[in-house]
Amino acid sequence: MAKSTNTWFREKILLGMTPRDYIISNFNVPNLIAAIFLSAGVGVMIYRLLFGLGPTTNLSDNYPWGLWIGFDILVGIALAAPGLTLGTAVHLFGMKEYHHFARPAILSSLLGYVFAIYALMFDLGRYYRVPYLIGGSWGFTSILFLIGWHFFLYTIICLIEWSPALFEWLNLRKLREFFTKMAVWATIFGVIIAGGHQSALGGLYLVAPAKLHPLWYSTLLPVFFLLSAVFAGISMVIVEGTITHRVFRRQLKHFDPAEYDSRTIGLGMAAASALFIYFILKIFDIAHYNNWAYLNTPYGYWYLVEILGFVLLPALLFTSAVRNRNAKLVRFTGFLTAFGVILNRLNVCIIAYNWYLPTSQKYYPLWSEVALSLGVVTIIVLFYRFIVNRMAILYEHPEYESAH
Amino acid sequence: MGISRREFLKRTATIAGTTLLGSSAIAHAYEKGGPSIFSTGNTANRKNWKIWVERKEARVPPPEEPYTVLVDTTKCIGCRRCEWACNEWNKNPNRPIKEFEASVHQEKSVFDKVRRTHAGEFTVVNRYISSKDGKPIYVKKQCMHCEEPGCLSSCFVDSFKKTPEGSVLHNPAVCIGCRYCMIACPFDIPAYEYYEALNPQVTKCTMCYDRITEGGVPACVEICTAEALRFGKMSELINLAHERIRNNPGKYVDHVYGEHEVGGTSWLYLSSVPFDEIGLRTDIGKTPIPKTSKGFLFAVKMFEIVGAWPLVFGAYYAISKARKKVKASHETSVQKGEGHGEKH
Repeated sequence: MAKSTNTWFREKILLGMTPRDYIISNFNVPNLIAAIFLSAGVGVMIYRLLFGLGPTTNLSDNYPWGLWIGFDILVGIALAAPGLTLGTAVHLFGMKEYHHFARPAILSSLLGYVFAIYALMFDLGRYYRVPYLIGGSWGFTSILFLIGWHFFLYTIICLIEWSPALFEWLNLRKLREFFTKMAVWATIFGVIIAGGHQSALGGLYLVAPAKLHPLWYSTLLPVFFLLSAVFAGISMVIVEGTITHRVFRRQLKHFDPAEYDSRTIGLGMAAASALFIYFILKIFDIAHYNNWAYLNTPYGYWYLVEILGFVLLPALLFTSAVRNRNAKLVRFTGFLTAFGVILNRLNVCIIAYNWYLPTSQKYYPLWSEVALSLGVVTIIVLFYRFIVNRMAILYEHPEYESAH
Repeated sequence: MGISRREFLKRTATIAGTTLLGSSAIAHAYEKGGPSIFSTGNTANRKNWKIWVERKEARVPPPEEPYTVLVDTTKCIGCRRCEWACNEWNKNPNRPIKEFEASVHQEKSVFDKVRRTHAGEFTVVNRYISSKDGKPIYVKKQCMHCEEPGCLSSCFVDSFKKTPEGSVLHNPAVCIGCRYCMIACPFDIPAYEYYEALNPQVTKCTMCYDRITEGGVPACVEICTAEALRFGKMSELINLAHERIRNNPGKYVDHVYGEHEVGGTSWLYLSSVPFDEIGLRTDIGKTPIPKTSKGFLFAVKMFEIVGAWPLVFGAYYAISKARKKVKASHETSVQKGEGHGEKH
């Protein structure tokens, strides 16, 4: 018995190596860097639990939300939208030609949500009371209540969508069949739930009309957040594809570069459309609130950097790349767009918030806040690698027919 | 008071000093504000919530009219006794009353910086210089006790309550510590016990709910000898405020701050200079904060409850149709004697 479990462990967890070999094989530079980030991050987590938010962060009564909400939640959830966009395209709209992208997309959504919630636990003062939200004290008038419930539901949905890969790995045929059938339904509900909370994250700031800079504040905030989540999701699929195809090349036995490039260009087209709609709405928004005068202020210049450099420019680059069938440019623009979404979320949460305060009173993250966020990103990357190395994420499991 | 301020600071310093970040964290915190930001273990909010629950269970009838406090900033002399009384009554960290009273005469004083409420400070008095005559104007800041509070609507565990007496109360027993109420408050009132690791609370002024339900007045009002603060029924005080404006032409700006701001508040202000010059924001509008998110919440609910169903059934229809098609093509291919060469 002991021996059989041992073999199972060796095959499934250690990739068929002996424990000794496995440990030796993991001594390399990327893992060393990861270990540094991880230990710094975990150190800050422990420090936060022992001493509270005060010594660990630069948060204050004027800035109750800082990097941990801005980056870990607002950015994290926007960039975890691949599952929403690709899951919908493949399962709902029947765009089967993209199904190679679906499993990596769903995995990154799952990890994104799980670890965004994990990071949130360090920002919440009384994290141990989170169950109150699910059963107990309900604040129906709060947008955060909506988000809390949607996170809870969507994480379950991602888990269901991802579980066929898990059961293939564990060789549980019946469960795999069952959850493959469930996955379609989970995707349908996922679209509704994900659309709801992506927009609600923007909706969070609806209650602060006097605190958010007029250029960023708008009653359309939920729409902007939803739309930008769509192109964030698509560009993250491009970004991840670019990275995984380089790092996990040996897993891709039947890899067809021409086919892959043409799919990438297809994604670029979708992202360009979303970016153009977003840009036009933004212009309408400035016109509607008559905010033109604000453009000629320091905040206005910063706004223009965001809107021209990271919305209009990627839109034009995507368009040009699609016309010239230039997959390389699509990949570059994917990175640019994802960066633009990061910038947008941090602008809303940190820079444009309490914009009237003098610079000396503005919030900037303490090193420990950055360390914790980097630590969480490292954990996500390590989990992603762990799963991709073991389960049929990038390729189809040879013993199972395609689920699509 | 459970622990003295000195002991508290010492304790904090010992805890922090044993760690790497220690001394710099304390110095850093002092930069952010005075020692009141270190305050932990607030009891006032919990106590007042308990009173509200008891009154609710005992079915105590609500007062005829909610209570209000009128602040006449032209009368305030900046003695800061209200701060002292508030700290004393609510068991917040305190110092001798003489130190509070001295600020107004000191060359270098707490008035040099505009302050806000913190974990151990439910009210603060700020000094502004009048644009009319160059004289100082002292303005008390505390929870405005909105008619439709933003904190209440933003709380995702429903930990706030607007009482019929006028107070907006907070229930620390369900608070998770997300601090969204601090984002939603247009007056920047709720504060947070950032230096409490395990059980940090949101703290705020309760309008001395424990005093006004016993027939008293808030601690700050009671101690005010300058008649800058006046406690009473809402309609009476609104009338009084307008009366003062009418009877003293040129003395006041013709506006009662709080009568309509964000849908009306239970604290009202009178001023001799425009309100935005004395730290009371005039750009917050008349729309109650809860209204800003109501439309969106309604839209999401409508979409998810009504709009989602066609989506679900439409998808189901499409999937089953596609499946039939595959089946049919499979059958025809079998009939033709070809292999099933499905590709993806």
